[in-house]
Amino acid sequence: MEKIKVSVAGGSGYTGGELLRLLLFHPHIEVKQVTSESYTGKFIYKVHPNLRKATQLKFSSLSELEMCDLLFLCLPHGSSMTKINEFKKIAPKIIDLSGDFRLKDPKDYDKWYGHPHSNPALLKDFVYGIPELHRNEMKNSNFISSAGCNATTSILALYPLYKNNLVELDKTVIEVKVGSSEGGNKASDASHHPERSGSVRSYMPTKHRHTAEILQELNFGQRINIHFSATSIDMVRGVLATCHVFLKDNLEEKDIWKIYKQEYANEPFIRIVKENEGIYRFPEPKLLIGTNYCDIGFKKDEFSNRLVVIASIDNLMKGAAGQALQAFNIMHGFEETLGLEFPGLHPV
Amino acid sequence: MKAECPICAAAIELSEDTVQGELLECPDCGTELEVVQVNPPVLNEAPKEEEDWGE
Repeated sequence: MEKIKVSVAGGSGYTGGELLRLLLFHPHIEVKQVTSESYTGKFIYKVHPNLRKATQLKFSSLSELEMCDLLFLCLPHGSSMTKINEFKKIAPKIIDLSGDFRLKDPKDYDKWYGHPHSNPALLKDFVYGIPELHRNEMKNSNFISSAGCNATTSILALYPLYKNNLVELDKTVIEVKVGSSEGGNKASDASHHPERSGSVRSYMPTKHRHTAEILQELNFGQRINIHFSATSIDMVRGVLATCHVFLKDNLEEKDIWKIYKQEYANEPFIRIVKENEGIYRFPEPKLLIGTNYCDIGFKKDEFSNRLVVIASIDNLMKGAAGQALQAFNIMHGFEETLGLEFPGLHPV
Repeated sequence: MKAECPICAAAIELSEDTVQGELLECPDCGTELEVVQVNPPVLNEAPKEEEDWGE
């Protein structure tokens, strides 16, 4: 079988590096070019040292991109939307890992990103990139917009409840704890080690951009409100979302089990993690490092109708590169788990 | 014989020689269960040793 030739635009960041780690070992993929304007001409392993001996490729410039079968875009937010028409001439299929094509309503870019979308007519062409929600659309699509990491965690946590109209629509509160790799690989005063080490930083108590994705994917035609906050903690990879929802009916935990199993029992990358003994009773980010899993657990408050849903992923994997490769597999009719079988490490 | 997990509602197949008091684990949620009755089969969550779990 002839390999599918892919290139990566913007491959020097953490997401690009993680994507390359996966692509280089996928049996049906040949990585043709990887671009970086800062590192043009340098070996890729100089920036991603974990890829030593995995590839002798060097970074190219965006202007040197040649025709390929599929282009992954790992560019900073705002870049994909301005260059998308050039990229479409280079590759018939595109998977964009930025936020530029995630939202369907152009007005949401003004509201959540603070600027208008430069190519709003193309928003409808992109499938929102959570396979568990949009698998069938992905099979026939040439354009996928990979979902945000915090949004992926939150949406997968709550999707079965919203789909079945089980929660009060304006009371959901989500608090995510995130690792430092979510902030990208550019150093700043905030990431300076003496400042960052040991910190628990409420970096986005309100108006996090990913809220828009959560609202879009969970509304099911109704007006909903999601109260979302993000806190960065002393962890490199990982997201842990603690979601507080208020049930319309006072369901028992056994009912909740049934609802989640009905939705996710056959999903290869979703695990219900809810045990009543042992150390790892609920989802734990460190067990997911390098994996494409989303672990989901829950606990019903016995004194109220509050249900706490806890979900976790590796932000660079299920929240970015892993999910993008999962979408690639679906687009091409491959086994969805191909190249994503890594089960994680323990202890770590 | 089939029984239902009292925690997650999984359908659990029990062998014909299952006896009252037998312990097993639910394949779905991992909860340790006790067979409290065999005809018809009824499962309960098995009693656990109390532990100090960092609280």
